[in-house]
Amino acid sequence: MNEIALTSADRFDIREYLRLEMFPHFLCPGCGHGLALRALLWAVHELGIAKDRLAVVSGIGCAGRLSAYVDANTFHVTHGRPLAFATGLKLARPDLTVIVITGDGDGLAIGGNHLIHACRRNLDLTCLLLNNEVYGMTGGQVSPTTSAERYTTTTPAGNREPTFDACKLAEGAGASFVGREATLQVPTLKNLLREAIAHKGFSFVEVISDCTEIFGRKNALGNSPEMVLRQKAGMRPDSWGNRVDRPFRPNPFPTGVFVRKELPEYRELYDAMTAAARRD
Amino acid sequence: MTDGLRNLQGNAACALGAIAAGCRFYAGYPITPSSEIAEWMAAELPRVEGVFIQMEDEIASMAAVVGASLGGMKAMTATSGPGFSLKQENLGYAIMVEAPCVVVDVMRGGPSTGMPTRPSQGDLMQARWGTHGDHPIVVLAPHTVAEIYTETIRAFALAERLRLPVVLLYDETLGHLVETVATEPPPPEALVERRWAEVPREAYRPYAAGEDLIPAMARPGDGYRAHTTGLTHDERGFPTQEPRQVAALLDRLLGKLDRHRPLIERVETVEAADADVLIVAVGITARAARAAVRELRRTGVKAGLFRPVTLWPFPEQRFRRQAESAMAILVPEMNAGQLVLEIERLAPDGVPVRGLTRYDGEPVAPDAIVAAARELVG
Repeated sequence: MNEIALTSADRFDIREYLRLEMFPHFLCPGCGHGLALRALLWAVHELGIAKDRLAVVSGIGCAGRLSAYVDANTFHVTHGRPLAFATGLKLARPDLTVIVITGDGDGLAIGGNHLIHACRRNLDLTCLLLNNEVYGMTGGQVSPTTSAERYTTTTPAGNREPTFDACKLAEGAGASFVGREATLQVPTLKNLLREAIAHKGFSFVEVISDCTEIFGRKNALGNSPEMVLRQKAGMRPDSWGNRVDRPFRPNPFPTGVFVRKELPEYRELYDAMTAAARRD
Repeated sequence: MTDGLRNLQGNAACALGAIAAGCRFYAGYPITPSSEIAEWMAAELPRVEGVFIQMEDEIASMAAVVGASLGGMKAMTATSGPGFSLKQENLGYAIMVEAPCVVVDVMRGGPSTGMPTRPSQGDLMQARWGTHGDHPIVVLAPHTVAEIYTETIRAFALAERLRLPVVLLYDETLGHLVETVATEPPPPEALVERRWAEVPREAYRPYAAGEDLIPAMARPGDGYRAHTTGLTHDERGFPTQEPRQVAALLDRLLGKLDRHRPLIERVETVEAADADVLIVAVGITARAARAAVRELRRTGVKAGLFRPVTLWPFPEQRFRRQAESAMAILVPEMNAGQLVLEIERLAPDGVPVRGLTRYDGEPVAPDAIVAAARELVG
């Protein structure tokens, strides 16, 4: 991995972006979500977004709990609804940078419809979907992204259902920016998130995260470093030409930016198209 | 300047009332018989620099309304029974995080898909108890198109004052009935603006309230960087399950209604003071009851009407006082008997309460009320 050169001026101290009074946090040891949050806040820092102007909206589940740790305007909303909530917030307050944190259950199962239409609408939001293949908060039930044959508390004989490719869904639904990265490479993830947040319009980033305590333990996937390193076996980054096709991880996943399009942003389009009415 | 008199259907009066009240955000989903509210808002909101959005479903529209409200806008959505059921989840969230907003339920025949184009009053209890858990809510039930206009304005005022969702409840008949409305700008005292926090950040506790039990809100961008959660939270807004803090939050949320009863309650009575038969009715049914009272009085029966304009919290004290001198109470309603349950709970000992129900998609007719009242005092 390349060393990232940092000058003292842009040195990133995550504590400046956290509500330290909320610590110790409640994530399990080895959970990948902390790495994802680090990458997100690092990206926010590099973009120079003021904390007062940052809104973080999250749903329910382990990913949903992350917003509470961020020293910003934070909204922990109902299960599956953070994108719908964020749509209202952003329309009311175009001056805020609105980032949504969701999970594979929150964003792809109960909230799947909202994701489709957020992609289609192209309102200027960034959606970070932390995919750890499981409903961790509720004790380890199967999710839409659980790999084939994996054991969960609701698939005691192994998972029978095909998995869900969130990035393909986002692309199909018309998202103007789609990318995927894993928690293995925090600086790369940070760079992807930085581009996603800076993108004008709806941006969708899936992060391959790991649930060590519940999913990993149930499937004997080893400890946290082992699980994170296993990401590498399944990862097929753009920069490698996606040539790595030995699927050590049951579902190998491409990484990088898949869609980068300039499309009219929803609010700007709304304002332009209703300008005649507003002049009445 | 006055807009003067206009002939409008109830749903249009609702939309114009909302805009007059300062509503600048509407998120909705098409559903009969409320869709005209969305159509009017789509046309009218851009004229006042507002935003209309048709969301992907009923759940999303309620979520977007709460998001816009917490962003600082006066926000509204409208629906009918099936959609109202779907909105209950985020309506509960709005109650928990104290996000002011207005939700209109134009009632149609139920249960389930029921009769989309026929009226009912089947959601009187859903409006009170639809979302899970113990919770406060205010429900207003206008009975004319003109009153839809003024009660929509009052709904926004109460929502902002109480930091609470307010439900505006009327049926399909009123939604599509065309009557004359004075769409005048409301007087300044009818408008309530958001109370934003102004104390220094170090001193700000998002859910700490004074005597009025209503905390000042943190406007995103004003430097407070507050946390908002549907989890039971402490005064800082952070999750807690500590029993004393849990009880303190719920005591305060539930206490809002009692603390502000004089502001919330609104009742109309017609010849109720000396009534032997007191008729209790809301919305469109109260119009039939008004005609019935007139007919009964003409034929020598001392009948009167008690009409709660604020349906929930039910104006208990006023009703009890009014019912003391009655010989019998009659409760006509367009459902299988919902309001009558509350009246049975509140009626003085020894005063018989009789329900008059109708749930076939037709309004309760004055004749039926007259006949039932005669039978009661016969």
